[in-house]
Amino acid sequence: MIDSSRIPKIPAFTLPALIARIGNRLPQFPHSVNLALALNAARRMGVLREDTLAEIEGKRFRVTVLDTGMVADFTYRAGAFRPLWNTGGQADLRFAAPLSAYLQMVSRQEDPDTLFFNRRLSIEGDTELGLRVKNMLDALEWPALSWQGLRPTFLSRG
Amino acid sequence: MAKPQLVCPAGSLAALKAAVDNGADDVYLGFRNDTNARNFAGLNFDDKAVAEGIRYAHQRGRKVLVAINTYAQAGRFADWTRSVDRAAELGVDAVIIADPALLDYATRTHPQLRRHLSVQASATSYEAINFCRDKFGIQRAVLPRVLTLAQVENVICHTEVEIEVFGFGSLCVMNEGRCWLSSYATGESPNTVGACSPAKYVQWEKKPAEMDVRLNGILIDRYGNEEKAGYPTICKGRFEVAGETYYAMEEPASLNVLEMLPEIIRIGVSAIKVEGRQRSPTYVAQVTRNLRQAIDAAAATPDGFTVKPAWMAELGKVAEGSQITLGAYNRPWR
Repeated sequence: MIDSSRIPKIPAFTLPALIARIGNRLPQFPHSVNLALALNAARRMGVLREDTLAEIEGKRFRVTVLDTGMVADFTYRAGAFRPLWNTGGQADLRFAAPLSAYLQMVSRQEDPDTLFFNRRLSIEGDTELGLRVKNMLDALEWPALSWQGLRPTFLSRG
Repeated sequence: MAKPQLVCPAGSLAALKAAVDNGADDVYLGFRNDTNARNFAGLNFDDKAVAEGIRYAHQRGRKVLVAINTYAQAGRFADWTRSVDRAAELGVDAVIIADPALLDYATRTHPQLRRHLSVQASATSYEAINFCRDKFGIQRAVLPRVLTLAQVENVICHTEVEIEVFGFGSLCVMNEGRCWLSSYATGESPNTVGACSPAKYVQWEKKPAEMDVRLNGILIDRYGNEEKAGYPTICKGRFEVAGETYYAMEEPASLNVLEMLPEIIRIGVSAIKVEGRQRSPTYVAQVTRNLRQAIDAAAATPDGFTVKPAWMAELGKVAEGSQITLGAYNRPWR
């Protein structure tokens, strides 16, 4: 298990509105590329369930970080996560939350249902797909995660 | 006085490990099919995960229970018996069953496999529990969440079957094993498909000032932007009744028995169950950790037991609708 006690406790903060106003005007594609890269790294490490991946084939996702103005659009197709230019808000599944909520979730300090009950996380679109993705992320076993695996392949050579 | 076992939920191997690491005595789980009442997309265990979970738990002296607690559907009885066979072959410590036909099968086919009576069997009287002991050799019964503590004590006084009660987790109308509200809107319910309000029928719709939730097109609640939300079940929806819109059946809330732990231990409850196989490993860790500390404290000094504000704060936070209740345990009326 991830040792949460070694990660500083993340408070439920919201960044100043100015940041989102600026963020909204910046190009969003790099965020989509970065998120797709990270998800592919996790996939290559084999921590994402293969059967769930098969079930999300061709689905379009949008992850919005409300207080940074960041929007990432991506899909999963032919064995890999791929960034999308823009789903025009018509993604099959849309997550929206402030940065602190995502950080708390990833570091296993808060439970996604808790964040949802407290209205800090919103999930819209195909609810069953949302549940599938949530359960896939919940089932992640962190010990398999290493920074080595997240490193781009060209750095691991030699 | 024996200290009750702490029975915690797991929807994944990560959650099982979180339960064991944080002090659960027993962990209960389900297979990835409709033979259990948390048959949600992407949740639950395949054989490999069960085997690894058993290994992890047994190495640390804990037990793994498998819930096969939905009712076998007509023409598909073999799907349920196969789940019982799988559980036996994998070497689980007990199966949790509701369907009498399945209990009978397990009794005849795997007499050595420990059997618990599921909450879904809706057995509220010691007569019902003793009947299941005589017929199916059940060693533990999980009580529905409809009894007062005095009634729980009365059951315990009249049976040698171990009694398990719920200690924490989401509540519903608690018509356990008999609820058809979800079927009214979707044609599917926990006992038929293993899920209440199956996700494919649920639609959350965010609007500027509110969020609507619909079940198969039926509006079941509308939340203001600052309002806490709950699970999208009919029993916890708000409806217009006689010109008033309110929670006509049940409010979204979680049961929390911390303050009555010394009493629960005194009356001889054998096990305390935590609801929530659909929740994340984070929830399992948070709830298990707090209940472990509270049960140990209550068992060590029942008279001097006080509920620590930190326990209440963490459990209150993860509660559905951020509300906690003692549920039926302390209702003054009968």
